[in-house]
Amino acid sequence: MNFFINIGRNTLNTLRGVGAASIMLFQALVGKPQPRKMFPLLIRQLYVVGVQSMLIILISGLFIGMVLGLQGYTILVDFGAEQALGPMVALSLLRELGPVVTALLFAGRAGSALTAEIGLMRATEQLSSLEMMAVDPLRRVVAPRFWAGFISMPLLALMFSAIGIYGGFLVGVQWLGVDDGAFWSVMQASVEWQNDIMNGVIKSLVFAIVVTWIALYKGYTAAPTSPGISAATTQTVVYSSLAVLGLDFILTAVMFG
Amino acid sequence: MDNLVEVKDIYFKRGDTLIYEDVSVQVPRGKVTAIMGPSGCGKTTLLRLIGGQLKPQKGSIRFADYEITKLGRSQLFEARKRMSMLFQSGALFSDLTVFENVAFPLREHTDLPADIIATVVKMKLEAVGLRGAGTLFPQELSGGMARRAALARSIALDPELIMYDEPFAGQDPISMGMLVKLIRSLNSTLGLTSIVVSHDIHEVMSIADHVVILANKTVVGQGSPEELKQNGNALVQQFLQGEPDGPVPFHYPASEYKSDLLAGGRAK
Repeated sequence: MNFFINIGRNTLNTLRGVGAASIMLFQALVGKPQPRKMFPLLIRQLYVVGVQSMLIILISGLFIGMVLGLQGYTILVDFGAEQALGPMVALSLLRELGPVVTALLFAGRAGSALTAEIGLMRATEQLSSLEMMAVDPLRRVVAPRFWAGFISMPLLALMFSAIGIYGGFLVGVQWLGVDDGAFWSVMQASVEWQNDIMNGVIKSLVFAIVVTWIALYKGYTAAPTSPGISAATTQTVVYSSLAVLGLDFILTAVMFG
Repeated sequence: MDNLVEVKDIYFKRGDTLIYEDVSVQVPRGKVTAIMGPSGCGKTTLLRLIGGQLKPQKGSIRFADYEITKLGRSQLFEARKRMSMLFQSGALFSDLTVFENVAFPLREHTDLPADIIATVVKMKLEAVGLRGAGTLFPQELSGGMARRAALARSIALDPELIMYDEPFAGQDPISMGMLVKLIRSLNSTLGLTSIVVSHDIHEVMSIADHVVILANKTVVGQGSPEELKQNGNALVQQFLQGEPDGPVPFHYPASEYKSDLLAGGRAK
């Protein structure tokens, strides 16, 4: 009996959380646009959320591309198909690894920072004091961070894929001796704009919404204590990573299945 | 008497804990009203109710022409432009200088040109004695200075009502003296109405025109400082005299002492 009560309670709590998170996002994003006030805030957040995540994204992308080149080569060379290394590296990155790994790294790097920052603003009464100054913290604090995440994640994913392809080129062509022309021309022939690049970007946009949303909601509702903020930060990384992997399967099934 | 804030018969529950039962408080316009009471009796909660950050389950809260409990989100923000709150921590924005902190509400709510904003900010900082500290960041200020800087920010828009949440907590005698003087003098020079939540009896009684004592989920005494000193309620007297035992017991409720000791190592 208790088992069923717990299932019911957890389901209700989860639904309530989703509802509260939706209301939060709605109130943050819907309303009279104030470009003069919002633009400087957005630029600042783009710097914090996007530009400051670039280094980890670029380094990870390079290494993952190099590993793909190495692994791909050892498999393909057995079949005498090492010319297919180019498309293999490019498609793996554009369709899957670019968006997914970027989202996971983004959750760990920028998502956790967003949660901790907003949680601390709550704990130090900065959010309450904004409210009492008749400034809506959802519009002022949450909205620019959301848009910054939404804009920067697809760009980061594209950078990840681009530098990953370069990493694959370094290992495959420069080191293992795959033919330079074949590597690029076969890649060019098999990567499609709509099917591969745009689908990757769409995935990335979906992940951007989910990860940023979870991070902001967890920060905004964090208990204003040290254990509260630490729990919220952990939850942000865990929930957004799981959500990204789950959604990736669904999106892949819809796009390529 | 004309009241700027009127709290009537409110009933407020947070989670399963009952905080207020039938609490009514009047805040006379242009006066300093002190709200006192033992720790944990919900003094700060009352300020948050007046500010509309919390909603009571029953009862009405009137501020100027607004019925706070019935306002929608945007109307609530309109009402809040006419009131202000000084938080216990100051709640200064840590990424802005003192000057920028004070300028913040002006930039948000007015279209004044930069030089007029600068003039207003300097005047507000001068009023709290921090005109020379405009370029400092909040983390470079002492506790008392941070609170005065926050005070400058909360009077930036010339509100009608200003609420102080524990303004004297953790202050040394000098900063406390400065804050007491500031609260009193700002109230008269700017024609404000002030609500001060505190349990520093002597400081508060010296500046308050009207005192409200909260305890046991309700108002146990209300009136001028002189009236309260004559008040026959044992709880009011215990609080004003600071006696360790009385209607508010020294001991947290527990099982009988002897049997608890004989029960051995187990905590009961």
